[in-house]
Amino acid sequence: MGINRREFIKLAGLSTLFGLGGKAAWELLRPGQLEAALTAAPKPLTAKRWAMVVDMRKLDEATAKRCIEVCHRIHNVPNFAKPKNPKDAVSPEEQVRWEVKWIWLEHFHNAFPGMDQPHMAERLQHMNFLLLCNHCDNPPCVRVCPTKATFRREDGVVMMDMHRCIGCRYCMAGCPFSARSFNWRDPRPFVQQEYPDYPTREPGMVEKCDFCAKLLAKGQMPACVVESQGALIFGDLADETSPVREALKNNFAIRRKPFLGTNPQVYYIV
Amino acid sequence: MADYKNEFGWFAERPQVEKKIYNKYAIFSGLAIFILVATSPLWTNAGRDIPAPKPSLDTPAIQKLADKDRQCVLPTAEMRARHMQLLIDWREQVVRTGNRVWVSPTGKKFEPSLTNTCLGCHSNKAQFCDTCHNYVAVTPNCWGCHLDKAPPTGKMAQAEVK
Amino acid sequence: MLEYALIGSRRYYALVGVLLLFILVGAFFYLKQLQFGLGLTGMGRDVSWGFYIAQLTYLVGVAASAVMVVLPYYLHNYKAFGRITVLGEFLAVASVTMCLLFVIVDLGRPDRMFNIIKYPTPNSVLFWDMIVLNTYLFLNIVIGWVVLEAEKNQVAPPKWVKPLIYLSIPWAPSIHTVTAFLYAGLPGRGYWLTAIMAPRFLSSAFAAGPALLILLALLVRKYTKFDPGREQIQTLAKIVTYAIIVNVFFFFCEIFTVFYSQIPDHMLHFKYLFQGIEGKGRLVPWMWFSIVFMTIAALLMVIPRVRQNETTLALTCGLIILTTWIDKGLGLMTGGFVPNPLEKVVEYWPTMPELFITLGVYGIGFLILTVLYKVAVTVKEEIGA
Repeated sequence: MGINRREFIKLAGLSTLFGLGGKAAWELLRPGQLEAALTAAPKPLTAKRWAMVVDMRKLDEATAKRCIEVCHRIHNVPNFAKPKNPKDAVSPEEQVRWEVKWIWLEHFHNAFPGMDQPHMAERLQHMNFLLLCNHCDNPPCVRVCPTKATFRREDGVVMMDMHRCIGCRYCMAGCPFSARSFNWRDPRPFVQQEYPDYPTREPGMVEKCDFCAKLLAKGQMPACVVESQGALIFGDLADETSPVREALKNNFAIRRKPFLGTNPQVYYIV
Repeated sequence: MADYKNEFGWFAERPQVEKKIYNKYAIFSGLAIFILVATSPLWTNAGRDIPAPKPSLDTPAIQKLADKDRQCVLPTAEMRARHMQLLIDWREQVVRTGNRVWVSPTGKKFEPSLTNTCLGCHSNKAQFCDTCHNYVAVTPNCWGCHLDKAPPTGKMAQAEVK
Repeated sequence: MLEYALIGSRRYYALVGVLLLFILVGAFFYLKQLQFGLGLTGMGRDVSWGFYIAQLTYLVGVAASAVMVVLPYYLHNYKAFGRITVLGEFLAVASVTMCLLFVIVDLGRPDRMFNIIKYPTPNSVLFWDMIVLNTYLFLNIVIGWVVLEAEKNQVAPPKWVKPLIYLSIPWAPSIHTVTAFLYAGLPGRGYWLTAIMAPRFLSSAFAAGPALLILLALLVRKYTKFDPGREQIQTLAKIVTYAIIVNVFFFFCEIFTVFYSQIPDHMLHFKYLFQGIEGKGRLVPWMWFSIVFMTIAALLMVIPRVRQNETTLALTCGLIILTTWIDKGLGLMTGGFVPNPLEKVVEYWPTMPELFITLGVYGIGFLILTVLYKVAVTVKEEIGA
């Protein structure tokens, strides 16, 4: 009794599936040689809940611009207004669309939409607020990421895993603070000077401020905090003696869109 | 009694047709073309001699090391076999746990960094990494992000962590 | 049965040829996009989802409409729909395939696509979207094919297909409830943060999908020897009527809530879409066209004379498809992102490469539809249905 074509193909297909599937399963599940777990660098900065207080009374625009410049420099953030080669120049509209920024300035009615009012204090009308990722305690971006490429660390920092991001941009849709940027094209032609101790990014990935996690791991304060010379206060919100708790205890501070419940951890003393 | 099952599972008579090779011309010419195309890498490169890759260890950082210290983070054979697995393990842990110290099986501590640690010694990527990668036609996409020039620290890149 | 798709009339080959041309052009531009990055599209930091995801949203609705033919036939024994369930299911297959392809062309790193399976994240709606879309695709392929094959061989379908069919009925609304939940759960996007997002998706789906099915049925009747049937088309038309009325009603519900409460935050998005902000209002004529003609189409569909005359029915269905596409395709996406969370207006418009890639994906979908319909229609012709 013969086997007909249909049954032969069925048999061949199933054996291929089992053959390949078996190999794949073996690769996936076999007892792996696990590398030794990595340990922390000596004397890292640790906290239970990192937070930042931006003291707008002490922050003038020149200092703020220097904070932005140092952050973008040490993280190889591209500047589409300044290509390395003038031939790569892009139109102003494209500069707006493709802009990558981890920390930037906005006026009050953009930084705190809905909170501005007619006849606002003159000082506030033209004040340029320094905005960055708020490293929320209840981050919607982390909630929506399908691969956990953005994840909330134990110490509160909302990190980006550049190796895992698939570029779906769901986190960008989820962020109520417009804190995230996407690499719409290769950033390297627009990085004036490559900072040697930090990678660049490839097109197709989302990036944002990471509270200088690399510097924290090596025991240093974030670059913007250092550059601000006291206007940016950074510390552990869970530690009652930390400078952030001091600042918050003694001053009235506001946060961006607190009513959304994301629990942002960047406070502004106005 | 019919002799085979059709697609409904019913026994059926084998169809009565003359037994010969149908579409002989199309089948054999198609087969010939396929074999030619499928084996083209073999016969187009016949006679060409491509030498085995010789990754060069001639970098300032490595030359500075004493002979007994000329050891990568893992033994050479192990590195050849699974340096990519090591790197993947490093990157998972560095990014996701924040820990930045790796202890090798010999007890030495290293910073798990491609650009700093690996390229710190092997600063000649084109004569080291690329020779083997080009030979086996592998393009690891690390370099789209990670810089392929180690920072000019002026000191030995390895075992920076005390 | 697939061999039926290899032989056809001159017109069939011409259609396949044109679709292949679209696909080739789309593929060429996609390669350019892979090389350059998504900057080739009109998307930007502020409008980070655009035409691709808008098409996904629209097609998910079209796909779910298969349930509108399957449910009456299998659950309520409406025998008339037995002729066209396979048409609905094959339309669903083509639509869901296009949905998945639009996700892939929108990804920044498609080479890392499988990370979503390697690192499952149940708290992310996108994870569930992937699961329900792929399962729905599998369900419809299997059900449509097996039932068609049984019909061809004039036997009852195998028993194991029944549970799959019953599963596909609640699964269909779930695929676009999950897609609606992609948008409806984001705290930062006021335009989308409404409970009525999922119901609106359902109503516009059940209007657009059956409308497209009516048009396809009329085409099948015109160009093949298989007549889906007048009664079937009329019942579909009744479904479209009620769905489009509900869709218009839901829209006016939204308008009322937003503008009676006068909350500036919520009004801004509607103001951008229908009035323009700071002189920027690229979508204003489109949105007004969409809502005015959707209402007109709804009112027309109510009139029995319009429904029963198949010419006016076809025209109205075309209008419904166009207006729901503008509403869900252009309006939903852009309205959510403009103004951005900092209340700045940065506009979005697709670029030429983006449009060509979109056309390429549509080409793939319509090719799948053509091939599957050819098979189904040939079978029906063969058995003399």
